[in-house]
Amino acid sequence: MSEHDKDIDQPTGVETTGHEWDGIKELNNPLPRWWLYIWYATIAFSIGYMVVMPAIPALPGMGTNTRGLAGQSDRMAVAEQVESLRTQRSASGAALLTASLEEIETDRELQQFAMASGESAFGDNCATCHGAGGRGAKGYPTLADDAWLWSGTLEGIQYTLQHGIRHEEDPETRFSLMPAFGRDRLLERQQIDDVVNHVLSLSGREVDEAASSRGADIFAAQCASCHGEDGAGDRTFGAPNLTDDIWVFGSEYRDVYNSVYDARNAHMPAWGERLDEATIKSLAVYVHSLGGGE
Amino acid sequence: MGLLNNHGVFERHSLLLTIGILITVSIGGLIQMAPLFYMENTIEKVEGMRPYTPLEVAGRNIYLREGCYVCHSQMVRPLRDEVERYGHYSLAAESMYDHPFQWGSKRTGPDLARVGRKYSDEWHVDHLIDPRALVPESIMPPYAFLAEKSLDFRHIQDDLKALRAVGVPYTDEMIENASMDLRAQVDPDIYFDEQDALVARYTEASGREGTVQIRDFDQDPDRITEMDALVAYLQMTGTLVDFSTYEAEDLMNAR
Repeated sequence: MSEHDKDIDQPTGVETTGHEWDGIKELNNPLPRWWLYIWYATIAFSIGYMVVMPAIPALPGMGTNTRGLAGQSDRMAVAEQVESLRTQRSASGAALLTASLEEIETDRELQQFAMASGESAFGDNCATCHGAGGRGAKGYPTLADDAWLWSGTLEGIQYTLQHGIRHEEDPETRFSLMPAFGRDRLLERQQIDDVVNHVLSLSGREVDEAASSRGADIFAAQCASCHGEDGAGDRTFGAPNLTDDIWVFGSEYRDVYNSVYDARNAHMPAWGERLDEATIKSLAVYVHSLGGGE
Repeated sequence: MGLLNNHGVFERHSLLLTIGILITVSIGGLIQMAPLFYMENTIEKVEGMRPYTPLEVAGRNIYLREGCYVCHSQMVRPLRDEVERYGHYSLAAESMYDHPFQWGSKRTGPDLARVGRKYSDEWHVDHLIDPRALVPESIMPPYAFLAEKSLDFRHIQDDLKALRAVGVPYTDEMIENASMDLRAQVDPDIYFDEQDALVARYTEASGREGTVQIRDFDQDPDRITEMDALVAYLQMTGTLVDFSTYEAEDLMNAR
């Protein structure tokens, strides 16, 4: 602006912008100094930031993102953190890998380590089905009692964890298949009713005697090969003990009827695909300690 | 300084001012967005990622319809505790066929990016029917009706076409057979040939064996329910990428 354009507002002594609307003029105060300097500082900071931190993405011809002087990368950082966590655990972790499950249980320090790591792994991975502390739920076996379908030994539990139960993708998975006696028309409804009465009588429940005795023959022909002639079950097939009045899928007549009609070939994922060996060992020790370990 | 002295022109013409604002704002927008289309490493190069099968798409539509994303994220962040709990951090490549993506913004329930194959189908069904029967402290609403409701997949072909229109590489063959593919994936006892065709199609797209899970997901072999579709989708999440071939150390994949 040239000198003669200057229009000074008399009362304040400040230059105006030169605009006038209905006699009203606007003061042309400069920006507050503190504000201006902070603004300049942010600009300087952003230039520094671009130099130090990764800032320019991998545009064509660049190959990769700029790395910045600091070479910061969240992904690399987390890889390092996980690695250092491994190292921290490695002394005990390595011992877990070499020690047998029995040794882990008897060595106080190892056992404490396994229990702590087993408990935290259990909370996220197992408790969803088996409940906190392995209390179980309808359809999901209680791990805190001494009734086991497949095995309650340390090695047995480890095997189940590693390979799962009826887990298609794992060729070594624990496997058996109960026929759906009703759905696949192997038995008439009346026959199922009889056999259910018999099954309930095995654990000392009050049932229709006539039906139960008719059911005994059917049981001997259809069920005994897996569940045993006395109904005590067979862990080779994961066939539950029917005499102990412990029911994974419910103890009501209706529940047992449905089990015979539709079969309950429950599935447990193989954790060997998702968890590392040390974690699985820790879990085996933890589950074994819940109350029913053999 | 002549140009600056002409700012009165903008202040006196509202249309000019609007256009000026649009230009100024879009400069910021372009600087943020445009590189994403030209960057060579926006989406990591991974093996195994494939378009979702029709059943998974149907399940995903239910996931969207029921607003699962309101409480569940699908984004494992690169933080130590998350990687420890959920597994490998999520990659951009893993949501490249998601329209819209399901990263979510809030976790009331746990992250679901890697829930696939973690729990059994029975668990998913039981838990969706009555969450508190299995997790007493859960505040998730029950979705029991999904098990009752037959899946409506009359428009599954259109769903796939729409996804192809926004860049998901469905082949003509995949779209043509969408409806049969859906039925074949959920009914293991019939449609043997169709199952082979389904697996062949999507395995080719994936380049990796075993990404297509075929079974009756809801233990109700008589019907195809919405539960089937949703569980099929959940059991697939986070399982497609083959992490044994992913090069996390490659600077192209640094973020």
